[in-house]
Amino acid sequence: MASPVEQFKLKSLVPLEVGGVDLSFTTSSLWMTVTVAAVTAFLTLSMRGGRLVPGRWQSMAEMSYEFIANMIRENVGAEGRKYFPFIFTLFMFILVGNLVGMIPFAYTFTSQIIVTFVMAATIFVGVTVIGLIRHGLHFFSLFVPSGTPLILAPLLIPIEIISYFVRPVSLSVRLFANMMAGHTMMKVFGGFTVLLGVLGVAPIILLVALTGFEIMVAVLQAYVFTVLTCLYLNDAIHLH
Amino acid sequence: MPIDLEKNPDGLKELDSKIRSLRQDVGRKSLSGKDVALPPSLAGIAARAGVELVAGVAVGAGVGYGLDAWLGSSPWMLVVCFILGSAAGMLNVYRAVNGMGMALGYTSKNSETDQNKSK
Repeated sequence: MASPVEQFKLKSLVPLEVGGVDLSFTTSSLWMTVTVAAVTAFLTLSMRGGRLVPGRWQSMAEMSYEFIANMIRENVGAEGRKYFPFIFTLFMFILVGNLVGMIPFAYTFTSQIIVTFVMAATIFVGVTVIGLIRHGLHFFSLFVPSGTPLILAPLLIPIEIISYFVRPVSLSVRLFANMMAGHTMMKVFGGFTVLLGVLGVAPIILLVALTGFEIMVAVLQAYVFTVLTCLYLNDAIHLH
Repeated sequence: MPIDLEKNPDGLKELDSKIRSLRQDVGRKSLSGKDVALPPSLAGIAARAGVELVAGVAVGAGVGYGLDAWLGSSPWMLVVCFILGSAAGMLNVYRAVNGMGMALGYTSKNSETDQNKSK
């Protein structure tokens, strides 16, 4: 029987090597392409009619738009509006990527730490650059908490700096760990079902509940990732 | 409330300015004045706190290890940064649980906006 973590193994579909760097088109790339195509199809096809009274599909597209627009307005404020395209793209990519991963035999690319880390690192660098552009050197006052006694400053500033650099790590590890743990658990219970024979009914019942739970986690983690992006952006724009 | 345009020709303008002022009030709040965000689940908070703590320690130790390799001061930077990283991890857990989001610092200069973005 296959090991529970074998599902995370990357298979190279189109081998490609450029200058000694492995750029193969893998299962992960395939499902990223599927995700982007699905999001694009969902948004363009459902908005094609563009009726004043929306139908089912148009409602869904408008709801996802409004969900992110409200999230940015509440967490960042009016200045965050121009970052809407990036945040909306990020949310839809992670959400659909997580959900597509729930389809049997599909590959969940968000269960790879390098994928989530690249997204988190992009956000981290982007937010820092936005903060530096908007506030110049004043941006570094972020590392000096307001109301710090001068004696404690040499201790608190390094802690704040490390705490700032923890952001991309915790952001990426949270999404990756949730997706990987959930999918591993499902595979383990699937294995139980095969091993137990007739008694395998019990793990099947649990597996049904677990599938629902995994879908909730998929949506929740996409939401958490996006909300934290908004909070980081808010920190960089407004500075405490 | 319908506007009688014949009696009150400026009615539409008044309505417009009313809508504008309401929009500004709403600004960072939802129309109902409540947070539209999902209610935080206990498991979610626990998972977040756990990740936050581990990431703090890991980044601290990583930074210390890197500095040691660069400055050749083994093991002092590792020890110092490990402790600082643990402190940063605990600080982040405190902030996450305290509902201050991921904001740096302990208090906000503007407590009104702080309320709106607490999650």
